Amino acid sequence: MAELAPTVAPTPTMAKRMQNMFNRKEVLISTAVFIVFLIFWQWGPTWFGIPNYIIPPASDVYHEFIRMLGSDKLMYHTLYTAKGVLIGFFLGALLGMIIGYILGMSPTAEFVLSPYILALQIAPKVAFAPLFVMWFGFTSTPKILVAVLIVFFPIMVNVLGAIRTIDRDLINLVNSFKASRLQLFWKVEFRAAMPSLFSGLRIASTLAVIGIVVGEMVGGNEGLGYLLVWGSGSANTSMVFVSIIMLTLIGLVAYLAVIWAENKVLHYIPKRSSTGPQV
Amino acid sequence: MLEGKAMSKTRLEFRDVTKRFANKSQHSTEPFVTAVQHVDFAIKEGEVVSIIGPSGCGKSTLLNMGSGLDAPSEGQVFIDGQPVTGPSEHVAFMLQKDLLLPWRSIRENVELGLEIRGIAAEQRREKALDLLKKCHLGGFENHYPHQLSGGMRQRAAMARTLAVDPTVLLMDEPFSALDAQTKMVLQQDLARTLKEANKTALFITHDLVEAVALSDRVLVMSQRPGTIIQEFVIDLANRDDPMARRGDPGIAHYVPELMKLLHIGESGAKV
Repeated sequence: MAELAPTVAPTPTMAKRMQNMFNRKEVLISTAVFIVFLIFWQWGPTWFGIPNYIIPPASDVYHEFIRMLGSDKLMYHTLYTAKGVLIGFFLGALLGMIIGYILGMSPTAEFVLSPYILALQIAPKVAFAPLFVMWFGFTSTPKILVAVLIVFFPIMVNVLGAIRTIDRDLINLVNSFKASRLQLFWKVEFRAAMPSLFSGLRIASTLAVIGIVVGEMVGGNEGLGYLLVWGSGSANTSMVFVSIIMLTLIGLVAYLAVIWAENKVLHYIPKRSSTGPQV
Repeated sequence: MLEGKAMSKTRLEFRDVTKRFANKSQHSTEPFVTAVQHVDFAIKEGEVVSIIGPSGCGKSTLLNMGSGLDAPSEGQVFIDGQPVTGPSEHVAFMLQKDLLLPWRSIRENVELGLEIRGIAAEQRREKALDLLKKCHLGGFENHYPHQLSGGMRQRAAMARTLAVDPTVLLMDEPFSALDAQTKMVLQQDLARTLKEANKTALFITHDLVEAVALSDRVLVMSQRPGTIIQEFVIDLANRDDPMARRGDPGIAHYVPELMKLLHIGESGAKV
């Protein structure tokens, strides 16, 4: 019985040892690259004769970072933006999932609503920011709304597509057990859309930051978007750099959180090395 | 050799069944395509009947109608004398694809049908573990489908099919994706299980030897629109032991006949 020998993945200890071996070499190389990058950033502008107000050297940006921590409430603004990203991402993802599942389950609903959805998808979402500020004033609502709008589409499209491509025979199988519509949804459709949902969430996690920062740039006096515009207005290039770096960090944390959740939820999918960091 | 058949009752019956589909082809003006027409046969309790035929002859359409997923355009299908109007709890099907849910462990996959029927978790678990053991998958209950070989996955699919305790099994080329050796092992297990549990089965295949080795009867279908053109009663011993049947000289009587009916080899392609 040859087929009784399972093709099981290598044992955890073996896999870990292999990973460590890779890691040591990779970590060494990437640290070296980072150091080269910092050196280039610090002295490169001077070598090429670029003035500090165009590209401030790394040390200037670092000093500005320390200054902003003290006198510009940098942490407050960072957390304000992060909170917006979190809420916008969560609401947008939830909405995208719900609509994606509903449209996936009902071709009629998709047919009826598709022109509006297409129009909304094509419209540049950031252009809504000034409108939302007009509607809701300089509160956090317009910022979150822009994020929700941007986050919504990749998730909805991915979930809808996944439900549409579920194997017809699989649905027949479940139906042959006399499953109810709700059982079909929870036991098959909901789970089958998970891999696509997570690719949507990955894209959305970085898009959410765009939505929030555009909202903040348009109006209000809170958040990294506000600091960014302030820095630009006062010709403080270092301040703009710090804001961008902090925004990037927020996006990175959101992205890694999605990857972490993905590894937990999609544990049954054989690991590819390109899935990003393995938790 | 066909012991006890005379007194057993009819489990599955196709009564003059025709199935037409709307023609979606743009190259034809015909409004309908007839997949199968005037299909008429009955399978008794405990009997295993194979259907063979050229590809595209509507074999799978028959299976869909048997499982209540598709209604005949004309005629009727009966399970235990009751007309089929939708999926029945007495019927289970198994396809070439294992259709295991990748996010469920093997045990949870086997439990799927029971879970949908609302059987309590403890009972489900017991039944699934028992069946996995019978299907030679003991110890693999917590593995996920991607960790198993094709043969093992198909065993799990078999366990899932048997878990709902169907009286009629409909099988659509369940072993055709497996390598020759694995296929024989699984055929052996299936034949034994069907015999032991006295299950009724309709087995669709394009493998002539498989059909003869596993069945009490073989029905031969024509090209589309498919209809049954010939019936062979396989008068061989050991229906529960296809390996033995493969070695039975009697098998040589059936296979060439079937080949001739299916026009195998006539276009120059030697089998």
